[in-house]
Amino acid sequence: MALIEMNQLTRAFGAFTAVKTLTLQVHEGEVFGLLGPNGAGKTTTIKMLTTLLEPTAGDAQIADLDVVKQASMVRRIIGYVPQLLSADGALTGYENLLIFAKLYDLARDSRAARVREALHFMGLDEAGNNLVRTYSGGMIRRLEIAQAMLHTPRVLFLDEPTVGLDPTARKNVWERIQDLRRDYGTTVLLTTHYMEEADALCNRVAIMHRGECAALGAPSELKAALGGAEITLDDVFAHYTGAELDSGGSYRETARARRTARRLG
Amino acid sequence: MKLLEQGAPPDGWAKAAPIPQNILEQAGDFIRITLIVAELEVRKLAHDATDLVVRAIQPALWLIIFGQVFTQIRAIPTGDLSYIEFLAPGILAQSVLFISIFYGIAIIWERDLGILQKFLVSPAPRAALVMGKALSAGVRALSQAVIIYLLAFAMGVQINWNPLALLGVVLVVFLGASIFATFSLIVACIVKTRERFMGIGQVLTMPLFFASSAIYPIAIMPIWLQAIARVNPLTYLVDALRTLMLRGELDMGRISIDLGVLMIVMVVMIWLGARMYPRVAM
Repeated sequence: MALIEMNQLTRAFGAFTAVKTLTLQVHEGEVFGLLGPNGAGKTTTIKMLTTLLEPTAGDAQIADLDVVKQASMVRRIIGYVPQLLSADGALTGYENLLIFAKLYDLARDSRAARVREALHFMGLDEAGNNLVRTYSGGMIRRLEIAQAMLHTPRVLFLDEPTVGLDPTARKNVWERIQDLRRDYGTTVLLTTHYMEEADALCNRVAIMHRGECAALGAPSELKAALGGAEITLDDVFAHYTGAELDSGGSYRETARARRTARRLG
Repeated sequence: MKLLEQGAPPDGWAKAAPIPQNILEQAGDFIRITLIVAELEVRKLAHDATDLVVRAIQPALWLIIFGQVFTQIRAIPTGDLSYIEFLAPGILAQSVLFISIFYGIAIIWERDLGILQKFLVSPAPRAALVMGKALSAGVRALSQAVIIYLLAFAMGVQINWNPLALLGVVLVVFLGASIFATFSLIVACIVKTRERFMGIGQVLTMPLFFASSAIYPIAIMPIWLQAIARVNPLTYLVDALRTLMLRGELDMGRISIDLGVLMIVMVVMIWLGARMYPRVAM
C-alpha cells in the first residue's frame, strides 16, 4: 500500500523550478531515500510533504490525506527532523522532549514516562538533564529524532540526518533509524547525498536531478541495471546526475550547511 | 517494544493529538498551546537570565541620568507631576517597546536553526504559536517592569501600590509587549534575514518612541507629530501605565479607552501574524 503519493508535484520559485512534476509512491513501512546533489529539489520536496510549503502545481497525499487541503490532519501523523539543527540549545534534552510531548498533547499521566523512554531509546538517559548546547553532534541528532518520534508518527521525514557527523555517530544514527522501523513500523522518508547511507538504510531510492526523478528502485536494482559487479551506488549516482562536480547549492545554502556542520562538529 | 506485530503503537496511530471538535475545545487548544510556547521561554530564562539583567541597564540610565537632569532644569511642562514621575511610566513603556521590537530577530534565528519549522509541522494552530511568542515577550517585559518599579520607588516616585492597579500594570505590560513583539514577528516574516531586520528595526524603533508621550507630553509636539502620536499604540500604552502606576485618582474612562485600543491592536496583530508566520519558513 502506498502511504505517500506524489502526483505531478511541482514547486517553482519565480522563474526557477525546484521540483518538476514529481510522481512517486512511498510504501508503508519502508525506508525511502531521496538522493541527489545540492539543489536537486530534495529539501523542497520534503517541505511540501511536511506542509511547510505549498506546491505550485500537482498534489500529494499522506495516508490518503491531502497535504494542502487537510494539512492540519497530516501534521498529526508525521514527524520531521529538519536538515538544520532543531533542538533548542538553551534547554535540557529532557525539556526539549517535554515541550513537544505537551505540544502533541500526549496524555498527562504517561507524558514523563514517554519522555524518559524516548531518551532511553536514543541512549541519552544520562545526558537528559544537561543543556543541549553541551551535547555532541550525534547526541543532538538522536535527540531530534526522539523529539520527532514522541507522538509515534506514521511517517518520519529526515532531511540529511547525518550531515556533519563523524562515522561513529553516523552509524549510531543509522541503527536508531532501523530500530524505529523495526519496533514501531514507522515509514521513513529521508534525503541524503551520502551513497553509503542510502546503501545501508534504504529499501528503495529515487535519484533526483534538477527537480526530477532520474532513477527509481532498490539500491541493488539500480546497481544491476548498470551491469557489472564492481558498480557502486556512487557510480549509479554519477551516471544519472551527469557527475557534475558543482551543481546548484547557492552561497546561502552553503553557508547554512557549513554552519550546521560546525555546530554539530 | 515489539509493536510491529500489532501493526500499530499501543495507543494507535495519530491518536496523540485529538482534533478539537467544537469552539470550546478549539479555545482550550489555543490557550494550551499558547501557554506551552510561553513555558518554553520561561524555562530558557530560568537557565540563563543574564540577558534580562543586561537589558535593564538602558532604562536605568534613562531614569537616573536623563530623568534627574530634566527634573532639575524643569524644561518640560508636566503639570502636577515632577518630571521623574512623568518619565517613569514612559521609561517602562520604552523598555516594553525595546525588549519586544527586536523579537523578530529571535524568530529569524529559530528559523535559521530549524526550531521554528518543527513547531510549524506540529498540529498547533498558527495563531496560538504567535500568541505564545507574544506572551513570551510579555514575560521578558514584566521582568523589566519589576526593575523599573524598584528604581522609580528608590528615586522618590509616588507609586500606586493598590493591588488592582498593579494587576492593571501587568495586563498592560503584557498587551504592549504582545503588540510590539507580534509587529516585529510580522516584519521578520517579510524581510526574512537578520541583516535586513536589524536595519529596519532601528528605523522603526525611534519614530515609535519619539512620536509618543513617553518622555514629553503630546501637547508640546508640533501638530503633525501630534497626529502621528495619536495613532501610535505606544501612546496608549504610556497613557495606561501613567494612569495605573502613579498615585492619584484612577480615571476609569481613560483607562478603558487605552485598554480597548491596545486590545484591538493586539487582536489585529495576532491575526496578521498568524497569517504571515508560515512564510518565514518557506
